[in-house]
Amino acid sequence: MADASFPHDPLTTAEVWRVTGRQVAIATVIETWGSAPCPPGSHLVIDRDANFEGSVSGGCVESEVISEAAEVIDSGTAKTLEFGVSDERAWSVGLSCGGRIRIYIESLV
Amino acid sequence: MKLDDLRRLNTARHQRQTVLRITDLHGGHDSIVVEGEACDPLLAVPVLTAFRSGKSGSSEIAGRTYFIDVQVPPPQIVIIGAAHLGQVLAQMAQLAGFAIRVIDPRTAFATPQRFPNIELCSDWPDEVFSTRPLDACTALVALAHDQKIDDFPVAEALRAGCFYVGALGGRKSHSLRLQRLAANGFSAADLGRIRGPIGLDIGAIGPAEIAIAILAEIVQSLRRRSTAATQ
Repeated sequence: MADASFPHDPLTTAEVWRVTGRQVAIATVIETWGSAPCPPGSHLVIDRDANFEGSVSGGCVESEVISEAAEVIDSGTAKTLEFGVSDERAWSVGLSCGGRIRIYIESLV
Repeated sequence: MKLDDLRRLNTARHQRQTVLRITDLHGGHDSIVVEGEACDPLLAVPVLTAFRSGKSGSSEIAGRTYFIDVQVPPPQIVIIGAAHLGQVLAQMAQLAGFAIRVIDPRTAFATPQRFPNIELCSDWPDEVFSTRPLDACTALVALAHDQKIDDFPVAEALRAGCFYVGALGGRKSHSLRLQRLAANGFSAADLGRIRGPIGLDIGAIGPAEIAIAILAEIVQSLRRRSTAATQ
């Protein structure tokens, strides 16, 4: 359903993208500890061409989530990612705010 | 997630129903529950907790982890007055995640061309509220600058317990408004709930800056109220 009264709404975007034939993954924040800008239930939706809408952090881990999403779309298997300051990969993509987050990525079928 | 589930979820959200999605993080089933519907009895307690708290989170049940993603309807702003300030405020507030309704019986102002993608009504506020009343999850912003249009919705917002009631007007017109409302039986405590002059005092000039001041004041009322309620 395309409803312009919900601008920049990731779950509406995901539905519109899927209906128009695009392959879509949905990333959801499922747990946070410490300083984290997006509470559990925040969504980032990604298509196979790496277009995205929404957020799961303040921009710190989005690029990593977007590249993982392509793999989830291709394999059809959901995965859970965890980012934190002690995590080398997270550090490299910039989650330096001291928080930790766990993110679930699944494909929309 | 299945597209059919996402459709059900979005349809409920767009109809302002509280709805949640339960995801078995071990790759099991996924389900959508609209508030009031039955759910898997095993999950009844965390589902009820999620509906009551409005907070999403994980639950461990019988050795499995479930994520319950609850979607609560966004708070609503009812704007009385479809002039320039109303146009700007409606757009900004929509971006900020509020559901918006604009009401103005002056049909010259209340045209769909001036309010693309905004719910707009050109009836008088008393007619609109008889079918769609105000409630505690609503902010009422009276911007018509005309007592014939603004007075009734302000009074109705006080009666309905709207979380924010603001009215445009200088100190003199605001004090006259308070006198009229007092004559209609509103107490000093009721009248103290009306924000006037409207908006946080940030020295705003012009419609866009005034809209920012109003929107910030609405967010403050909403979030401070939530904090007070949970303490």
